[in-house]
Amino acid sequence: MKKNQVLEKIIHGIFLLLGLITVGSVLLITVYLVISGIPAIREIGLIDFLFGKEWASTAAEPKYGILPFLLTSIYGTAGAILIGVPVGFMTAVYLSKMASPRVKSVMQSAVSLLAGIPSVVYGLVGMLVLVPGIRKIFHVPDGASLLAAIIVLAIMILPSIIKMSITALDAVPREYEDASLALGATPIETYFKVSVPAAKSGIAAAVVLGVGRAIGEAMAVMMVAGNVPNMPDSLFQSVRFLTTAVSSEMAYSSGLQRQALFSIALVLFLFIMLTGATLNFFLKREKE
Amino acid sequence: MLNQSLSKKRKGFAVLMKALMLLSAGLTAALVLFLLLYVLGKGVPGITWELLSTNPSYLTERIGILPDILNTVYIVLATLVIVLPLGVGAAIYLTEYASNKKVVGVIEYAAETLSGIPSIIYGLVGMLLFSNSMGTCLMAGALTLVIMNLPTIMRTTQESLKTVPQSYREGAFGLGAGKWRVVRTVVLPGCVDGVITGCILSVGRILGESAALLFTAGFAHAVNGIIDGLAAPGATLTVALYVYAKEQGEFGVAFAIAAILMVLTVVINFAATLVQKYFAKRRSL
Repeated sequence: MKKNQVLEKIIHGIFLLLGLITVGSVLLITVYLVISGIPAIREIGLIDFLFGKEWASTAAEPKYGILPFLLTSIYGTAGAILIGVPVGFMTAVYLSKMASPRVKSVMQSAVSLLAGIPSVVYGLVGMLVLVPGIRKIFHVPDGASLLAAIIVLAIMILPSIIKMSITALDAVPREYEDASLALGATPIETYFKVSVPAAKSGIAAAVVLGVGRAIGEAMAVMMVAGNVPNMPDSLFQSVRFLTTAVSSEMAYSSGLQRQALFSIALVLFLFIMLTGATLNFFLKREKE
Repeated sequence: MLNQSLSKKRKGFAVLMKALMLLSAGLTAALVLFLLLYVLGKGVPGITWELLSTNPSYLTERIGILPDILNTVYIVLATLVIVLPLGVGAAIYLTEYASNKKVVGVIEYAAETLSGIPSIIYGLVGMLLFSNSMGTCLMAGALTLVIMNLPTIMRTTQESLKTVPQSYREGAFGLGAGKWRVVRTVVLPGCVDGVITGCILSVGRILGESAALLFTAGFAHAVNGIIDGLAAPGATLTVALYVYAKEQGEFGVAFAIAAILMVLTVVINFAATLVQKYFAKRRSL
């Protein structure tokens, strides 16, 4: 009997350990990023690092200002949200409330497919369709630009927004809609003035999820944005994002330059944690 | 549908919103269709037996993607073998053992955080954690992917464990079984569907991953057996696509790989839906 109890205790311990692996991983990632990200920031100075307008890591007198990357990431994400959210939201309302079950199920598989396409494939199609397209339509010397990245990101966040909004809209109690219809509202008025407000926390969560995806995307953006550390002054500027700043120089960097790349990753990580906290806030409200 | 007595403003609102909805849904559908047809149309003609069955050679200027295919298979297998016990174990702890609500909350919060971290950060941390100690190799890439996929396996397993009726567990306890025996004989068989769904989702994610692998698994193209392969640097299909398209301008090969990835994505999506439907049906019986 004693032996059995010891065995049970050991097994309980093993499962506890397995359960704590996720917590350990998060701590490990945070600690590693902070430890490797802080030294360069201290050497460069926080203000010069965050608000320096010039990044010239390989110059004789290297400059490590990441404002161009910060602004590019913010503009790029905002642009993607501006295009992706209305399209995704309208699609979600249509699929959740109006579409026949058959259309809904076909479209949902299509959206899942969109979510499953690897980001390098988006990048490849962007390189060969969007980039030359932008060059021809807007008569600019190079189509690899902020605009190309915004369009690719808008497409890439579409599935997250559609899926999450549909879940929120589907969960709206039928009684709300019935009551609205019975009071004489048309179906469309009911969807937009009753169902959507009732699902607003879930839809807000969908938008935040899209923000997270857009900020974190690296490969597709790397392939279409031109990857030059310019300030994002215009939509047709060739730009570099926070994510691509980390990856494009990592292979050949060393010393302070390499440490600065880790610092960029730390900034990116803080952005992601912030969106994650916002997401949680909305999800909790949706549950209540 | 619209009543004659509705005001012009209300009619206009309805027509406008309906048009916008149809436009948006149509745009989404057209996008998926375009991507599918464009990639397949450009890529499928480039898929030849020679491409699939050889490795690249600078001497003969031949490009083959056999090493990349093998690397992808190895990395998928290695990742799943490691992540399955960890993820399933964590899920069992959460649903069967954990009695402290706070601990459960912390673990679930950590899992959510993990699934929100972008792959480029995983790549960086994987490089620091694994590649710096064991060298740039497929195994380092696989270990990085293990952390990335842990939340997926955990969540799907947890969901399927919740559907095991409490009365089964109580019955087994009532017959005198210990906790571990209940877990082994009653709970574990109940999570098969979650594990399978989790595996399919993870395979899809691993196939599509590139940013996390660039600096952990590298981009070599050598044909190896699985043991040597895991210890050597190697490009998976996505990484190879990136290198061929961005660094070498070999768009034909890039599109051939993209077409293969596209077909695999369709197959995986289909399999996931099929499995979910199958288990849902069996459960309702």
